[in-house]
Amino acid sequence: MAAKWMSVAEVKQQILESSAEELTANYLETINKSKINGYITVSDKALEQAKKIDIEGLKGPLAGVPIAIKDNISVKGLPNSCGSKMLKNYIPPFNAHVIEKLLEAGAVILGKTNMDEFAMGSSTESSYFGPTLNPWDLERVPGGSSGGSAAVVAAGEAPFALGSDTGGSVRCPAAFCGVVGLKPTYGAVSRYGAVAYANSLEQIGPLANNVSDIAVLMDVIAGPDARDSTSAPNAKPEYQAALKADIKGLRIGVPKEYFGEGINPGVEKAVWAAIQRCEELGAFWEEVSMPHTKYALASYYIIAMSEASSNLARFDGTRYGFRAEGETWHSLISKTRAEGFGAEVKRRILLGTYALSAGYHDKYYLKALKVRSLVKQDFEKALGKVDVLMAPTMPNPAFKLGERLEDPLSLYLSDVNTVPINLAGVPSLSLPCGFTAGLPVGLQIIGKPFEEPTLLQTAYTFEQNTDYHNKRPPEVV
Amino acid sequence: MAYENPEGVMIGLEIHIQLNKLKSKMFCGCSTAYHDAEPNTHTCPVCLGLPGALPVLNKEVVRAAIKVGLALKGEIAEETQFHRKNYFYPDLPRGFQITQYDYPIVSNGKVVIEGEDGEHEVKIWRAHMEDDPGRLVHIGSIAKSKGVMINYNRSGIPLIETVTAPDMRSPKEARRFLDKFRNILEYLGVFDGNLEGAMRMDANVSIRGGTRVEIKNISSHKGVEKALLYEIMRQKNVLRRGGEITQETRHFDEARGVTLSMRTKEEAEDYRYFREPDLVSIHVSHLIPEIKATLPELPDAKRARFLEEYGITDMHAKALTSSILLADFYEGVCKKGAEPKTAATWIADVLLGELNYRNLVLASYDGVSLGCINDKEPELGNSFKADDMVELITLFTEGKISDKAAVEVLRTKLDSEEEKTPLQLVKEKGLFKAEAELVVKAVSEAIAENEIAVQDYLGGAEKSLNFLVGQVMKKTKGTADAKTARELLVKELKS
Ligand SMILES: [Zn+2]
Repeated sequence: MAAKWMSVAEVKQQILESSAEELTANYLETINKSKINGYITVSDKALEQAKKIDIEGLKGPLAGVPIAIKDNISVKGLPNSCGSKMLKNYIPPFNAHVIEKLLEAGAVILGKTNMDEFAMGSSTESSYFGPTLNPWDLERVPGGSSGGSAAVVAAGEAPFALGSDTGGSVRCPAAFCGVVGLKPTYGAVSRYGAVAYANSLEQIGPLANNVSDIAVLMDVIAGPDARDSTSAPNAKPEYQAALKADIKGLRIGVPKEYFGEGINPGVEKAVWAAIQRCEELGAFWEEVSMPHTKYALASYYIIAMSEASSNLARFDGTRYGFRAEGETWHSLISKTRAEGFGAEVKRRILLGTYALSAGYHDKYYLKALKVRSLVKQDFEKALGKVDVLMAPTMPNPAFKLGERLEDPLSLYLSDVNTVPINLAGVPSLSLPCGFTAGLPVGLQIIGKPFEEPTLLQTAYTFEQNTDYHNKRPPEVV
Repeated sequence: MAYENPEGVMIGLEIHIQLNKLKSKMFCGCSTAYHDAEPNTHTCPVCLGLPGALPVLNKEVVRAAIKVGLALKGEIAEETQFHRKNYFYPDLPRGFQITQYDYPIVSNGKVVIEGEDGEHEVKIWRAHMEDDPGRLVHIGSIAKSKGVMINYNRSGIPLIETVTAPDMRSPKEARRFLDKFRNILEYLGVFDGNLEGAMRMDANVSIRGGTRVEIKNISSHKGVEKALLYEIMRQKNVLRRGGEITQETRHFDEARGVTLSMRTKEEAEDYRYFREPDLVSIHVSHLIPEIKATLPELPDAKRARFLEEYGITDMHAKALTSSILLADFYEGVCKKGAEPKTAATWIADVLLGELNYRNLVLASYDGVSLGCINDKEPELGNSFKADDMVELITLFTEGKISDKAAVEVLRTKLDSEEEKTPLQLVKEKGLFKAEAELVVKAVSEAIAENEIAVQDYLGGAEKSLNFLVGQVMKKTKGTADAKTARELLVKELKS
């Protein structure tokens, strides 16, 4: 049997019926036939690891369950390219916190998935390793930057995956590929071992075929970690315990600013239909206003690019990764960076450097920080009145490959509904809620800090009463 | 009389000290004891700046910074933060240094030094925490080097940078400030100034209210004094010729004793400071009472106590408290039974003098012996036991040996590594003062055997007495006290 589109529960059942090794072999076979370029590296240790788990007697909640990992999360011994020529040959000597947790739980790492270079993008087209294709339409992008992780889950090349979300990088590809994706509350999951794009904004997050599997993954990866000073010290919630099909009395806020100009009518229709479905299931909805939303995008890009310009300074060809030879260390460093980084990364480093420069720092960076606190206040106010917010994840469905490459600004604008969430640090989940012109639409459910269980319960209830999560892309079946 | 400061010299200092007495680095668990280690063995993903590794603040660094702040009589910030200072350099593994910017942990401190005209206060603007980069090692000389190697063992060593107001009015005051500052920090037990790279200094100087010039990266107190002397002379010469002082950063060429221009204001780097997003704000108020209560006695307080408790001179008290090691050694010697005033003379005058003569600097005191290292040739180091000092002082105060003999024993101890006690050395060298009868006998013999000299002396030739004293010394193998011998001879000859 082809190992496709199984839930974690089904995967575990199959392991019991055959073995972890056989199941992993099935996934590797599927990956081998892939048309979507979802993986940058397929682990040559996966089978061996699965075999060991069989021998040791399937210990741990994920014993033998395969998983795909975005290529910016360090797995000891596997390349961690970040989708860049710069780190193409860089093999980390240590595991990220989430990888340690997964390995303790018995998971099998299938490989490292494709992404926009250093997570900068929402189409996975800026990867040095070529774009990943959307399983629903191979001429379209899978979204990004965790496009590889979303696409391999949608294509049945992994039961679930980890991505990272700085400004929508889990939720955007989840929406475009018709899978579930969660950006946890800032601090809920340790960032130790995830290569930073914009530290103050990003979180590692799970992508899966259904809400239950998101909860399963969160139970494994979330929780405090002494190695990440920004990880929340409080005890983590029981995520799977939240999987109850009941949203009676749930108060939903619908921020009108998230249905702004340029929203695709098909997307709008699907999202409103989903909100109405929730109403039928016993929830109440009301319109809320988040007046600073229109400034969020500018604030986000200034903060993200500023942090990125500093984070990426370490890639200088001196210690690891790509190196271009130079006569002096000045020329070595500048040539290395000129040849090692792609155009989008350079654009963001330059803009971020500019925004932090003397004379511009207050005008851009400090102002962006002020806007950030206003955006945060919007969320505090709105979420003071309602339990969750609902909005489209993306204003449009997956677009054609190459369509926006020449116009980076239009690409930035499509992040309008996802970046405010990162500025505020609140949790947000993208859930398949319908289709437009044959392409999946994502419903974004946003909650209060550390109230992921409310998001999971809402999403689970919707999922139990609809059939969107069972729809499979035609292209790769 | 008040010091007039005729040239209107204003000197400010920026001092980096390594908190090298702490066990681990600033943001990781790597050991700080890297000085004798193989290159790049004291490293980990964090201090190598590997992608994905995150800094975690070592709380001991914060405690040490609070100690320093309290010792400098400064204010401790209730909330303090870290910033990134961005610049490219191969020894900087992350491409930025983690430092403090607008929320330093310490501000508004002061240090009182012995100035040109008595006590002089130097204000401390701020002191903050930051991490050290690695080190470049050139193959051969920098100019001809074919390549450079990088050792990241130093990367992430915690530093405290202290910035003073331009309150020093002469290079001598700058040097005195540095001596005092180092002394205070060593008293706190957070810092060992003898380790290579432990203290690095920048100095800024202006004259007659003019433009300020900065001299970067000087490694010794002596170097700071020399660099400032040169720089003040250079600025005076520029002004005398009708020129203008340009705002610039200069480098001190220690070998040639001159300062050279590095970069002007226009070329100043833009460090693009911003808040370090991987670290959270630190609140320290709750730590302060406990740290205050356990703060050790500092140099000024110790000096006052020594005056009071041991009845020694202020000069001795000052010398003995100029280093925590020496102060502890002195108190150790007193506790073991040496008479405090005599001990002060023997330690502050004799021992320190002999150490200086040998280029030996104090390196450690473990309650048993005082370790010294040669600052030019470290392998020529030696140690000196408190017990030996007590024994030596006792031999002297009991009149068993002369002061000259005591000095000789001390020198022998410093120059050899043999484990011999002063008593053993005195016996071996026959340095005991001769017993009275022996001298009397020698005097009678000398008179009986040298009739001509006796006649000459009685005839008025004073010089002949010297000859007779020499004879007595010879007969007593030098153990007689020359003064006693002379007195006995005169008494005998005149009777
Ligand atoms: Zn380290």
